[in-house]
Amino acid sequence: MQGIPLLSLVTWLPIAAGVLALATGSDRNANYARIVALIGALTGFVVAIPLYTAFDTMEAGMQFVERKNWIEAFNIHYYLGVDGISTLFVLLNSFTTVLVVIAGWKVIEKKVAQYMAAFLIMSGLMNGVFAALDGVLFYVFWEAMLIPMFLIIGIWGGPNRVYASIKFFLYTLLGSLLMLVAFLYLYNRSGGSFSILEYHHLPLTMAEQVLIFFAFFTAFAVKVPMWPVHTWLPDAHVEAPTGGSVVLAAIMLKIGAYGFLRFSLPIAPDASHYLAGFMITLSLIAVVYIGLVALVQADMKKLIAYSSISHMGFVTLGIFLFNAFGLEGALVQMISHGFVAGALFLCVGVLYDRMHSRQIADYGGVANKMPVFAAFFMLFAMANSGLPATSGFVGEFMVIMGTIKVNFWYAFLAASTLIFGAAYTLWMFKRVMFGAVANAHVEELSDISPREFLVLALLALAVLGMGLYPLPVTEVMHASVNNLLHHVAQSKL
Amino acid sequence: MNIAMPNLLPVLPEIFVLAMACVILLVDLGVKQNRFIAYALTQMTLLFAAWLTLSDFHSQVEFTFSHMFVADALSDTLKLMTYVAVSVTLVYGRAYNGLRGLYRGEFFVLALFAMLGMMVMISANHFLVLYLGLELMSLALYAMVAMRRDSPQATEAAMKYFILGALASGLLLYGMSLIYGATGSLYNNEVALAVMQGVESKALLSMGLVFVVAGLAFKLGAAPFHMWVPDVYHGAPTAVTLFLGTAPKLAAFAFVMRLLIEGLQGLVADWQGMLVVLSVVSMLVGNLTAIAQTNLKRMLAYSTISHMGFMLLGILSGALSGYGASMFYMVTYVLMTLGAFGMILLLSRRGFEAEHLNDFKGLNQRSPWHAFLMLLVMFSLAGVPPTVGFYAKLAVLQAALQAGFVGLVVVAVLLSVVGAFYYLRIVKLMYFDEPLDQNPIKAEADMQLLLSANGLGILLLGIMPQPLMALCIYSIQHSL
Repeated sequence: MQGIPLLSLVTWLPIAAGVLALATGSDRNANYARIVALIGALTGFVVAIPLYTAFDTMEAGMQFVERKNWIEAFNIHYYLGVDGISTLFVLLNSFTTVLVVIAGWKVIEKKVAQYMAAFLIMSGLMNGVFAALDGVLFYVFWEAMLIPMFLIIGIWGGPNRVYASIKFFLYTLLGSLLMLVAFLYLYNRSGGSFSILEYHHLPLTMAEQVLIFFAFFTAFAVKVPMWPVHTWLPDAHVEAPTGGSVVLAAIMLKIGAYGFLRFSLPIAPDASHYLAGFMITLSLIAVVYIGLVALVQADMKKLIAYSSISHMGFVTLGIFLFNAFGLEGALVQMISHGFVAGALFLCVGVLYDRMHSRQIADYGGVANKMPVFAAFFMLFAMANSGLPATSGFVGEFMVIMGTIKVNFWYAFLAASTLIFGAAYTLWMFKRVMFGAVANAHVEELSDISPREFLVLALLALAVLGMGLYPLPVTEVMHASVNNLLHHVAQSKL
Repeated sequence: MNIAMPNLLPVLPEIFVLAMACVILLVDLGVKQNRFIAYALTQMTLLFAAWLTLSDFHSQVEFTFSHMFVADALSDTLKLMTYVAVSVTLVYGRAYNGLRGLYRGEFFVLALFAMLGMMVMISANHFLVLYLGLELMSLALYAMVAMRRDSPQATEAAMKYFILGALASGLLLYGMSLIYGATGSLYNNEVALAVMQGVESKALLSMGLVFVVAGLAFKLGAAPFHMWVPDVYHGAPTAVTLFLGTAPKLAAFAFVMRLLIEGLQGLVADWQGMLVVLSVVSMLVGNLTAIAQTNLKRMLAYSTISHMGFMLLGILSGALSGYGASMFYMVTYVLMTLGAFGMILLLSRRGFEAEHLNDFKGLNQRSPWHAFLMLLVMFSLAGVPPTVGFYAKLAVLQAALQAGFVGLVVVAVLLSVVGAFYYLRIVKLMYFDEPLDQNPIKAEADMQLLLSANGLGILLLGIMPQPLMALCIYSIQHSL
């Protein structure tokens, strides 16, 4: 695999395929657009596979590195590389893109070319976010991916899509611009470098670290999203089309957490330790309070959205424990949540396509009419509540283990998610799926098509596989996680 | 009498443009039927002037006319960009003007005279020459705004422009005279020298500086001297708005460079504070007021004000890299403005001005390609990568941060989020709404092509900003 610019390929192939799909033009050629998109997504996934198979699990540093001059005037480089943390996300993202393209195959009928193009371009940009090792390059990918998502929510979204899309964009932009200021500050401080890895070793005073931490915090906390800056997410999720929700939940939220790992922790380790209590408090509020909020939702998508926020609270909790269990648990939880939340949104999408409603009250007894679908939905609901043998359990268990080492009461509160999570997910599942057939519309439901089966089956395999045998995932991240913990433990003062 | 003949070589482009303006005026008298001749001649003039400038590109500073006129990398680069901006303006405006009785010889002649004024401004090494260039440009622009005599709006705009413009010129001239009183010279470099060596009356000099900065702010359209901008942008025929919103900005940038940097660099501590205020107020007024606009031309006018505030961030850093950043900002701003107004011109037809925000509703359904181009322009104006507008913001923010203005940078960044809202609204109208207007979009091939190149250029420069950035830094470093 030497010499092949793999990371450039996973970034630019989907984008090129997206542009090609766009070139098919109007909806008369919709099928061409779909086929181009599928080929693009599949090749994107195929070129991402060597990032796992050829990955050296003993190496903690960056692999598959590419570095070229880009903007000499500011010493900005086209600098890509992945470690054990980011390579998994590139894979997850490339995999999700394939699913999203298949899931949108029939459902999207208007502006097909633009829809497919938006997803593919976004996929490439998100791979770029995970692979970028230059601050400006990272920022460019990070901001650019907002544009397709903005359009996806706004064009193919629900009735309140305009509000949701603009809220989504402005919220994220506000956070990211402060991050840009932090980058510029670090650029001046480091004597003219945008290299993220150099920032990791840049000595900074405590005051500087705290300010930089907060600048990054605004960007990443909005993205995760952490309580109290989470309010854009339920709106965005509810209004976005199914594919948009899937990508949002599976990948975009992870970018925020990834940002903490790549920037906040290593660049401002002392501030991270200093503010860990603050971060843990916010995370626990998200876990408990948002879990309770999820309980009372009447809209399925909103419920899953709040559940996502609650689960992401787990992730940020794990990150700021500064121990291996917490950090690896957070990473496993992120990957698992990518599968589970994506699958749940797809399930809601399956129902929505048939009934054009997301209200729990409009359903009841669906299992009678859609038994195969009910089985899948059951599995994902269980995974969402953290049932052992599903991927959801592994991450939550590891984070709780890590939390107990730090403080029993933190762990106590965090573990409450196992109860709340089960309560809201299963209660929703019961109301939608079980009981007598609720109304005439449910009576007419038909079970899932082979296309939908394929998508859900792939995700089910992933969820079960990771739940039963998580080692292939954890061994990739191991060296990098230890390296990060070692780095964070050293003071920069 | 023993007057040495000045070296005319550096002034060749100016002489040529002047001569051609007169020739076109005469030719147009002869062939009233066919305006295309005047148009083609103007474009050829621009092309040839560009060749003249390029063939004698100054990497070293060269003076002529007893040091009153300077040719350097900065002047040559800015002049080349001015030619391009004027040429593109004329292409975009051709069909529009044709349908509104503005496709007349006078238009081209005025445009060339205005451009000559800009060229003189760009190359002035003497306060009076600077002033002469400014007035030549302004007078031509006043007339262009008023060219549509039957439109009360245009007349009103011209009147406002003229009165406020005259006021600003007065301020500027008064400031220059005070500086002359304090330093005893009107040459940029002699003023700079006198300031360095210290003057007898610092108060006089500071007073002059205040007036000069006020005049400059007016010409740039920076708040609180921005009153004319919305009315003139709105009232003038769109083709003229496009003209006065683009090339003159380049000249105004040169104006600031020649006056503040070359002449009054020694007073940097004094004008820095003033520019900070101008910058913040501009970003504040421009961004907040733009939200309330329903007319796209007015909205873009307020957006101009906020962009001028942003551009000042680079200048107020007081460092060479900052000036380069500001120049980059100005050039990209001109590129984006060309695209935005070009799109308004494209959508306008006989008896219909597509200047209302709602006229852009559903553009994606009417023409996905044009909607995409406008999307690029809007995201670029908002400063979102991967468009060039982002690097412009990055460069000036970096310059201001380097000079230690952390608070100012944070304010600028927060206000640019406000700005993003109204640019996003255009994207929302184009992509999320149903079209109100189903008329097919028709345009000449040259305009279509150029507009596409303009939009894609914004994206391409966003992916590869290095050459333009390097050019701006080069011209600043080799001139100041």
